[in-house]
Amino acid sequence: MDWGQLWEIVSAPDNVPIVAMLFLVPFFTWYGFRQALANDRLIERLSKDPELAKTHHRKVEPYREGWSQKLYVWPHLLRVEFLAAIIVTVILMIWSITLNAPLEEPANPNLTMNPAKAPWYFLGLQEMLVYFDPWIAGVVMPTFILLGLIIIPYVDTNPLGNGYYTFRQRKFAILTFLFGFFVLWLSMVFIGTFIRGPGWMWFWPGQTWDHHRLVFEVNRDLNEIFGIVNQPWVGLFGAAAVGLYFVVFGWLTHKLFVWNDFNRKIFQQMTLVQYLTLQTFLLVMWALPVKIILRLVFRIKYVMVTPWFNI
Amino acid sequence: MNDDEKSVTPEPESDESGSQRPTSLIDRLKKGLSPFIAKGKKDLRAAKDYKRTQVWKSVFRHKLDETPRNRALAVLTNVFLHLQPAKVNRDAIRFGFTWGMGGITLYLFIVLTITGVFLMFYYHPTKGQAYLDIMYLHNDVPFGGLLRNMHRWGAHLMIITVWLHMFRVFLTGSYKTPREFNWSIGVILLVLTLLLSFTGYLLPDDQLGFWAVTVGTNMARATPLLGHEGPFGSLLGMTAYNDVRFALLGGSIVDANALLRAYIWHCIAIPLILAVFLTVHFWRVRKDGSISGPAPVMLESEMKFPRK
Repeated sequence: MDWGQLWEIVSAPDNVPIVAMLFLVPFFTWYGFRQALANDRLIERLSKDPELAKTHHRKVEPYREGWSQKLYVWPHLLRVEFLAAIIVTVILMIWSITLNAPLEEPANPNLTMNPAKAPWYFLGLQEMLVYFDPWIAGVVMPTFILLGLIIIPYVDTNPLGNGYYTFRQRKFAILTFLFGFFVLWLSMVFIGTFIRGPGWMWFWPGQTWDHHRLVFEVNRDLNEIFGIVNQPWVGLFGAAAVGLYFVVFGWLTHKLFVWNDFNRKIFQQMTLVQYLTLQTFLLVMWALPVKIILRLVFRIKYVMVTPWFNI
Repeated sequence: MNDDEKSVTPEPESDESGSQRPTSLIDRLKKGLSPFIAKGKKDLRAAKDYKRTQVWKSVFRHKLDETPRNRALAVLTNVFLHLQPAKVNRDAIRFGFTWGMGGITLYLFIVLTITGVFLMFYYHPTKGQAYLDIMYLHNDVPFGGLLRNMHRWGAHLMIITVWLHMFRVFLTGSYKTPREFNWSIGVILLVLTLLLSFTGYLLPDDQLGFWAVTVGTNMARATPLLGHEGPFGSLLGMTAYNDVRFALLGGSIVDANALLRAYIWHCIAIPLILAVFLTVHFWRVRKDGSISGPAPVMLESEMKFPRK
């Protein structure tokens, strides 16, 4: 265990935000889910007791007869905002006094940094480069992530859970978002920051960064396993493999989507365009973990090889 | 009032009596000034009741007594506060529901704008000079180090708060009807925030920024059709000197032009674009019915689907 190495990574000034996120994200997840589960218990109680549902104020927040539902922004909200601004300023001041922003040697194109890392918030994309060619990891995937985020409200036709925390009523949406945010985005950022060392090789936390380390990986393409080596058969085989992925995972996603009665009801309300859009983005999303497993477990580099591009 | 008049009235009498005593200079001065002194005393008295002066009334457009009407007017008649409604949901003020991350993001954007403007006074976007400027700023300018640190850490913090803001909006389902479009605007704001941070990364012109931006922009080479190493790029005549990466960097390597471009995107173009989207974002928050909740829970038996 090389504590010095670990400290060097954790205490690098630009890594401090990620260390902060290690605490902030679990806290807010717990905080949100605590309220979601409280609401879920209320929902269960109310759906069992229609009489209560008619009279209950339907919130878990404290409620007293005669309380005005609305408060004046001045002073009630502005006081909170002012306090928040002061607290953020104090935190930022203390952080800025105690820790200096990084400044390394002047830029030198002849002296390559190893590892050369992108800013921490883009390390997820850089980590994706291990599993996909740059045109997918650097261009197609970011585009799909952003478009995927934008279309969320237009494909999520579930009318429940609008404006309150709940898990029970939105299981599919919440689990998908958590999978994308935690597993595919944040964990990749953490791996890119804490795990990847010189040569973008895998170093466990506390393992010394050995700049002369060599790893002999024998990666092969999927078609080579099947003994197909000549074009155009390689390309056609790859296209078939990708097509098979879309069919199989499309079917699996569909099964997952119509898992229970409630979801089937939601599915019935969707238009074909909404459903196909959802499927497309989910399939592109699943492709990342699938490719990670293919690469890390089965040592497969490309699934589809063509003269112009590889997947 | 009466006191003033008494002190002034004896003067004309002595004048009219036509006494031989020549009027002293002091007396004449007193007499000449007395109307002004009277006015001054009047002003002083009025100043005690300053809220009735014309100046005060012209600036502050309503009274400040603690009445419901004035509490509403305090928000509605203030250009900075009228972004907010006069009244909000009692439960929406609770930290538990909102987490306050959107507001903190706005506050950080303001802090970054202010510290950023100060930084611009000390910075030349020129190869060679840029690095020296940062050294100078950090070591010699009074509070320069603090200024730069606040800008850097504020930027990192802003990215975290944007992510947490999105996370909260998702968990509370606040992107649902009628707030769909505002969620999309929010995603664009997320992109702009990341781009702001990324373009700022190069500006110190040190090894960290240089290689981070080199790694980042190298991906643009692989853009399908538009990058010279991307699929079908070379078929369309893309080279290192005319592809999308060249347009981003103003050259085929990260050099002086890239520094200037990063500087202009960072300080002018992206903040302006972001300000426009920010305006729409806030406007829509209000027009879509203010903060989404905490709304009363809805039961499955009451589910209604909107008509398409």
